[in-house]
Amino acid sequence: MNWYGRSLASGFLAVLAGLGLSSQVQAQTYPTRNITMIVPFAAGGPTDVIARIVTGHMAQTLGQTIIIENVVGAGGTTATTRAARAANDGYTLITGHMGTHAASVPLYPKLAYHPEKDFEPVGLLAGTPILILARKDFAPKDLKEFIAYVKANESKVNAAHAGVGSVSNVSCELLNSVLGVKPIGVPFNGTGPAMNALVAGQVDYMCDQIVNAVPQINGGTIKAYAVATPERNPSLPNVPTTAEAGLPAFQAQAWNAIFAPKGTPPDVVAKLNAAIVKALDDENVRKRLLELGSVIPPAADRTPAALGTLVKSEIAKWTPVVKPVN
Amino acid sequence: MGDIFTNLGLGFGVVFQFVQWTPAFLGGISIPIPVNILLCLIGALVGTLVGVLPGIGTIATVAMLLPITFGLPPVGALIMLAGIYYGAQYGGSTTSILVNIPGEAGSVVTALDGFQMAKRGRAGPALAIAAIGSFFAGCVATVLIALLGAPLTRIALAFGPAEYFSLMVLGLIFAVVLAKGSVLKAIAMIVLGLLLSMVGSDIETGASRMAFNIPELADGLGFATLAMGLFGFAEIIRNLDAGGETDRKLVQEKVSGLMPTRRDLKETTPAILRGTVLGSILGILPGGGAVIASFAAYTLEKKVAKDPSKFGHGEIRGVAAPESANNAAAQTSFIPLLTLGIPPNAVMALMVGAMTIHGIVPGPQVMQKQPDLVWGMIASMWVGNLMLLIINLPLVGIWVRLLRVPYRLMFPSIVVFCCIGIYSVNNAPTDVMIAGAFGLVGYWLIKHDFEPAPLLLGMVLGPLMEENLRRALLISRGDWSVFLTRPLSAVLMAIAAALLILAVLPSLRKKRDEVFVESEN
Repeated sequence: MNWYGRSLASGFLAVLAGLGLSSQVQAQTYPTRNITMIVPFAAGGPTDVIARIVTGHMAQTLGQTIIIENVVGAGGTTATTRAARAANDGYTLITGHMGTHAASVPLYPKLAYHPEKDFEPVGLLAGTPILILARKDFAPKDLKEFIAYVKANESKVNAAHAGVGSVSNVSCELLNSVLGVKPIGVPFNGTGPAMNALVAGQVDYMCDQIVNAVPQINGGTIKAYAVATPERNPSLPNVPTTAEAGLPAFQAQAWNAIFAPKGTPPDVVAKLNAAIVKALDDENVRKRLLELGSVIPPAADRTPAALGTLVKSEIAKWTPVVKPVN
Repeated sequence: MGDIFTNLGLGFGVVFQFVQWTPAFLGGISIPIPVNILLCLIGALVGTLVGVLPGIGTIATVAMLLPITFGLPPVGALIMLAGIYYGAQYGGSTTSILVNIPGEAGSVVTALDGFQMAKRGRAGPALAIAAIGSFFAGCVATVLIALLGAPLTRIALAFGPAEYFSLMVLGLIFAVVLAKGSVLKAIAMIVLGLLLSMVGSDIETGASRMAFNIPELADGLGFATLAMGLFGFAEIIRNLDAGGETDRKLVQEKVSGLMPTRRDLKETTPAILRGTVLGSILGILPGGGAVIASFAAYTLEKKVAKDPSKFGHGEIRGVAAPESANNAAAQTSFIPLLTLGIPPNAVMALMVGAMTIHGIVPGPQVMQKQPDLVWGMIASMWVGNLMLLIINLPLVGIWVRLLRVPYRLMFPSIVVFCCIGIYSVNNAPTDVMIAGAFGLVGYWLIKHDFEPAPLLLGMVLGPLMEENLRRALLISRGDWSVFLTRPLSAVLMAIAAALLILAVLPSLRKKRDEVFVESEN
């Protein structure tokens, strides 16, 4: 019940802030109290884990506690709408991802926020590579055979995904559009049930984030054709990249990044960004992110401006691929 | 066999691990502390206290309390979470029995007879038998996981969309049996429940259905929200109108005996056994098996009972069987997680989250790679259940005393706690308003002898049924015969058809009356 009280308290403080405290005055001493980090997905999911690992270190740098608030619903857009409307004083932030801050734009035509117009980019945290996976007894042995097989049997193959708008759904749409095929998509409620169906051999293939798939691939219950990043992943050294395997056009990463409501003072954003950069250079943080199969962004990609560019390019990338829900 | 004992030994070794604590103020004397046992105890206690808030079921409790385990070592964190899980589940049963507010699907059935027992002054035995049945079921299921965890996994994988759909059809037919009164009214309630479950997003296209552009309805109506309205608020309104007054006085005067009598125990033993078996089997099925465990157990009891007319009017077997089934299912639902590394339901997904936070991503090799973790967790389930028995048997007296609080003081506090509970699940004020509206609907339903239990079950089964139907047909390219050509699915369909014929055939009318209609009022 603690966070119930907390949200009351933060609401009260937000009112106070609106009453007169100028954000310029605040910025010099920022942060002077706890920061709320909204995570638009359930505790324990890939985004939540990355947010907790990085914010744990950021809190030390900033000298204030960062409280994670998991707000779930409507593919993360409920939470993102709330963050867009929060006070722009740097005390409410959100860890968004490829879905909430890019694919949601074409997916939900009536979206109550816009990733570019309603948010200040703060900094990129990590990327999670997407894999092309198949049931272990699926006929094709490598990606080339897979491409030929799917094209030849378009009306027979099934692709599982974790629900409309999920990372596995939109990345599979991208794969299908690159291949020029329209197989039947079988929707599941989340990655767990979809993976279960793949392990049980009820569906043929799916695209998913590396975190969920590595133990299954190593256990031999499913197989991976390729990883959709420019470089191989250290946690799966034997899985080729899509470029190596003959499909360079399919590149996808589920990235996670911190955003602040539009109008958050630049020096506050700079302070937060510096804390992110410091966390990403910390050995322990790096070790834990790498364990998850994540890709840590190089220094040039960590600035707020670089994140802004990424959001713009990602929206452009997903818009032709993702079909809107009505 | 020898392996099992070595493994269980390893597990209990982990649970009973002592850590030497050498505080400075004792001048170097170290005290051994059973850290993991303490974590389990704290978890079970906190889980019970949060879970007992009306409307907060296991998923909400585990989600809320998950972050407090992040600072612990992985094994300790998982043991504490297991404690929280069982605690929350038991806390949910407590509100079902005392104030008729089920926090999740499994407790709806417990509320049927549990609350009637409370009304007859037998809240104590109801709570105690729930704890005893749960403990017994927990013990059996723990042994089952240790012995047969790996082979049972095959059952989980044998269930595809077609099998789930058939299982849910069977479940719906069970739901009719829950009705105390008219079959027609029960069917009407189930259908209404199915319709309400359609609110939200279409699973295949993502299109919004019956959400009227209200963003809060985009993910559908919450089970807890509806349950609180239909059961909790409706019950309060009914108690406040003229007829309820004497009813309440009766409850307060009649409280007699906190513990089950010898006769109760004798009566419930076979019920607990049957519930445990049924729950253990259904629990293995990921994504929906555990949901129907408790009311399948209730249905079975009603069928085998010599006098089914007592069910729904405070029959202790109607509490013992579903509570045992519930707990056995909760336990065996760990099997897919432990052997495949795939979370079968929302609570297990949270457990995987907890493991991921600690850098362990469970997979098919988790048993070989992290034996201390897996077996420690299995052992902790048993310890968690024991903790519940230790915590809850003494608490029974306190809970029952709550019933003696004058109703004019009690009902405002129930309303307040309900509102806090509903609000905190999603931080959404809309949910509180929806629960209020369904309170009025529920009152109207009670006044016209419609029962809310079949409605709630229809609502729980609806999405599972629809989603699996569509998945099965997508995979079969629209060929309906899959439901009959897949052997498991065909068997389930046959059982469902047999039950239906039993209910419909006029020549069996008399028999049907015994089965379905035990109305006295």
